[in-house]
Amino acid sequence: MTGDTALSAVLILPVAAAALLALLPGYRISAWVNVVASLATFLAAASLLVLARPEAGDYLRVDDVNIVFIVLNTFVGFTAAFFSASYIGHELEIGRVTPANLRFYHAMYQIMMFGMNLALVSNNIGLMWVAIELATLTTVLMVGLYRTHEALEAAWKYFILGSVGIALALFGTILVYVAAQPVLGEGMPAMVWSNLIGAAAQLDSAMLNVAFVFLLVGYGTKVGLAPFHAWLPDAHAEGPTPISAVLSGLLLNVALYAVLRFKLLMTANEAAVAPGPLMIGLGLLSLIFAAFMLYRRRDIKRLFAYSSIEHMGIIVFAFGIGGPLANFAGLLHMVMHSLTKSAIFFAVGNVTQIKGTQKLSEIRGLTQSHPALGWGLVLAVLSIAGMPPSGVFMSEFLVVTTSFARMPVLALILVFGLILAFGALLLRLTGVAFGTPSEPNAPMHGSLAPLWLHLALVYLIGLHMPQAMVDWFQTVAAILG
Amino acid sequence: MQGYAFDIAHMLAGGLVLVSFMMIYQDRLYALLNTFALQAVLLALAVAWQAYIQSAHHLYASAALALVFKGMIVPWALHRVVQRLGIHREVETVAGVVPTMLAGMGLVALSMLQLTQSAESAIAREDLAFALSVILLGMLMMITRRNAVSQVVGFMSLENGLILAAAAAQGMPLVVEISVAFSVLIAMIVIGVFLFRIRERFDSVDLEALDEFRGERR
Repeated sequence: MTGDTALSAVLILPVAAAALLALLPGYRISAWVNVVASLATFLAAASLLVLARPEAGDYLRVDDVNIVFIVLNTFVGFTAAFFSASYIGHELEIGRVTPANLRFYHAMYQIMMFGMNLALVSNNIGLMWVAIELATLTTVLMVGLYRTHEALEAAWKYFILGSVGIALALFGTILVYVAAQPVLGEGMPAMVWSNLIGAAAQLDSAMLNVAFVFLLVGYGTKVGLAPFHAWLPDAHAEGPTPISAVLSGLLLNVALYAVLRFKLLMTANEAAVAPGPLMIGLGLLSLIFAAFMLYRRRDIKRLFAYSSIEHMGIIVFAFGIGGPLANFAGLLHMVMHSLTKSAIFFAVGNVTQIKGTQKLSEIRGLTQSHPALGWGLVLAVLSIAGMPPSGVFMSEFLVVTTSFARMPVLALILVFGLILAFGALLLRLTGVAFGTPSEPNAPMHGSLAPLWLHLALVYLIGLHMPQAMVDWFQTVAAILG
Repeated sequence: MQGYAFDIAHMLAGGLVLVSFMMIYQDRLYALLNTFALQAVLLALAVAWQAYIQSAHHLYASAALALVFKGMIVPWALHRVVQRLGIHREVETVAGVVPTMLAGMGLVALSMLQLTQSAESAIAREDLAFALSVILLGMLMMITRRNAVSQVVGFMSLENGLILAAAAAQGMPLVVEISVAFSVLIAMIVIGVFLFRIRERFDSVDLEALDEFRGERR
């Protein structure tokens, strides 16, 4: 197998699976078809790590920056599909979804994976936009899956805000083209990423400045940065839990990856305004805002949705500071957050099925009634709160030390936000995990394997990061500048 | 020839901005839909003119799509939705007409200031400024309206601005045009599904009905 075949497989497998799933009746078979297709996509993506990289064309490209995101994306896509296969059957039994809904759900899952994979491997700013738009539209439909009042409102809000965001991002994309067209010539070459970055220094910097503002606000809406985050908690809380895991773990990362690509372009053009301060501002705002909001949550899925906003804030802040160390921390944090937050949602999915509610006040004593699940949740929440020895601790520690060295005042705000969020998460965790178990205690249906697999990875990386990973992060951090 | 070509392009793009202003103060849904249709027709003319002066024939397809799809099919379909739901009475506006118009003027001034100073080539910059005005006015409309149908119209007006920008960008590849049109199509399908579901659940497409579920469940 060559790199080209692997790259095509990453894109074609999900589409083929979606077509098959749209035709297959019976949710049991389709759930497993979904898992197998996701696993195959993951294997194809993983093979890209060892095979010779395919040549960058006008549309597709695999390079140092995106390769690990592709592998991560397909990996979490696979574990979430596995979790979903064990989880979604019970939703059918309790009548939250119909068999027809499930058929739609599985087909959409693969289309969403296709959209995200395509966004990550695209070498073309137009194609990347189309791919992110596709992923957004499919997730909108998934969020509305339960068709309750709340689910519809969440989906509608997500759709409206997401569309406005994506529209602004398109305007930014058009402006980048307008900036590039005098240098690179008319037509496709001026939208190809490798050409753009090669000619970055000669692009019209005033136009790039305007473009970046639109791109940051547009894709930033999808990242869930405050003050454009309003869709995020609703979409996480009302959609099916496997989708919450994929939203937090993957879609936010994909949108952030788009922002990073354009940040690279801005940095390469010396006359353009530095993107750092804008990103630092938005990042800190998201962190502080979300940290305060964590205290007022009554719904377990909303709690962790706000925690996602907080972590996206940290990551954007890290990239805003820039430099090899902060970029390293930002990349590591993206990977760690993705693994940990999806693990948390796998646990939360089980919790809500057992207790039949998402209200924090009605969930108590999980470690006693369901030790494997309860302790898994405890470990995952400790990790996301930034306790050692998890990988999240390592990346947060790096962000804090770099910012103390570079911008001490901002570092104080950062640490304040981190401690605030830490307190809120621990407060909620003690209530949920310890004490006398609350009723009811329905038997558990969802699999715990994905949760523990993710946890093992997060803690192993926290204890000892593989050299290959360090090398990759260093290379990319240097590219990001 | 050159100056004359610009003048017509600017007149059409300026016409789009003008119609955006007209949409802001339409307080009846049918009138709003008719104004939107007018904007789509103007957009089709503007895109077709760009196709002519740039000799970019693929843009004619975009123009035709704007004319048929956004100028005829969508307004017609929304007319039927409004009729079926019996919500052809007044459109509820959050802010008054005067403050909204003033805010709109501010936004247009902002986009003119921003873009006419930044672009190097004169061809693109005025058209981009007009396009940005249409986009911002569309957003303003989405913010000030509470009714789902008029929010959808606001969003489509915003998309009109995007297509105007894409057409004005010299030689922008075909792929993007098709995808823009395609995304509008998808957007409509999604919106259609949503309107259907919302009507099914609430007998109303007024988002106020949804708002009571806002925030935390207790």
